[in-house]
Amino acid sequence: MPEELRRVVVVGAGVAGLTAADTLRRRGWDGTISVIGAEAHRPYDRPPLSKQVLSGGWGLDRILLRSSPALAADDAHWYLGESAVRLDLDNRVVHTSRDRALPFDGLVVASGSRPRRLPFGHDFANTHLLRTWEDAVALREAFATATSVVVIGAGFLGCEVAAAACGAGLSTTLVDPLSTPMERHLGPVVGSELARVHHDRGVRLLLDRGVVAVEGEARAERVVLTDGTHVEADLVVAAVGGEPDVEWLVGSGVALHDGLVCDERLTAAPGVVAAGDVASWFNPTFGQRMRVEHRSSAQEQGVAAAATLLGRTEAYAALPYFWSEQHDVRINAYGHFARATDLEVVAGSVAERRFAAVLHAGDDGVVAGLTWNLPSGGLAVRQRILDACEVRRGVTAPAAAGW
Amino acid sequence: MDIAVDRERCVGSGQCVMRMPDVFTSDDAEGLVELIDPAGAGHEAADVDDVAFSCPAQAIMVAADA
Repeated sequence: MPEELRRVVVVGAGVAGLTAADTLRRRGWDGTISVIGAEAHRPYDRPPLSKQVLSGGWGLDRILLRSSPALAADDAHWYLGESAVRLDLDNRVVHTSRDRALPFDGLVVASGSRPRRLPFGHDFANTHLLRTWEDAVALREAFATATSVVVIGAGFLGCEVAAAACGAGLSTTLVDPLSTPMERHLGPVVGSELARVHHDRGVRLLLDRGVVAVEGEARAERVVLTDGTHVEADLVVAAVGGEPDVEWLVGSGVALHDGLVCDERLTAAPGVVAAGDVASWFNPTFGQRMRVEHRSSAQEQGVAAAATLLGRTEAYAALPYFWSEQHDVRINAYGHFARATDLEVVAGSVAERRFAAVLHAGDDGVVAGLTWNLPSGGLAVRQRILDACEVRRGVTAPAAAGW
Repeated sequence: MDIAVDRERCVGSGQCVMRMPDVFTSDDAEGLVELIDPAGAGHEAADVDDVAFSCPAQAIMVAADA
């Protein structure tokens, strides 16, 4: 472990930042850890926000990532409700929103992402975003009084929100410019199945069209689509993706391009590593650069980034993974869907609504896969993808192991 | 050790089954975690801790022996 590493600053108190801090301690490092978290809460888990918090009434206590004693055991300084505003790389100092200057030998950039906003409509109190605990509670409360909702964006967040709204008894409309829900994530075949599931439950799907305006007087009352359709609703949710939170790094000298640009070890500059939504890194498993906004990646990268700070030289080779729950469907998805074209069912059947499948990138082999209400098929799917990645790399080094 | 799993949290990612197939398995019906050996016999506590730490759904709890 590098001798000069005595002070580590972690920017971000989500799963990536927390995991990085935990990992430093788990590996016996006893220097000073300072964690800066923009939200006032102790680290909590985000995937349940659009699932059990929205539909199941889970409280904050159920999504906290660590108990108080476990958190105390990390012996870190927590600066919560405070955000990083500037990185001074020359002097190795992070400046915060409370005018604090935190010097570091090692820096973990885990500042996460923020929800992308629509160019309009956010002046209305009943136009919602969903990223934080407060967002989820506000939306849950709105569900209790609203009778209709338009969800803009049918990615996995939008789909889960639509399912939750539908389950809460709201008349629900889901809008997206693509032809099927989660098409960008899972491809059109699975997207068509998802469309059917939502449709069967009574969600109105308005696909192949975008949104041009959110209109109303004091409150949002309707959403206007590119084909001229007006959808009336007393609640609007924008779920149109996230943007890495890197503004505080602008001008610091690190490379920013769709996130913080890192090498295969998650290093952005000497002594500066990144983890989570913010990290754009070279993933050796697929031989290409990627940025992944999944919970499991944030965790793995927290481990890997901390290990890199402590001198580990092994690359972070990953098989991205996420899951989604919508109505009575549980999807586990693995790999790199951006290049996926053809779907091959490997277990169960689509007609039975219980299957495992891999997705090919043309003639280039398997790049992704998923299970649909068949989680036990996940291991085989995962292995198929890793095997194909090995063939493409032309080597037999194990990938995505040990994190 | 005293290992416990929370099937309400489990998402069937299979991380634990992959890493410790003699301790964790998944049921056929839902594909969610089931414990084979709550004592984790033959495993170091640190390794079991690591599996719990890596669970993306925070569905595994490990208590050390009293």
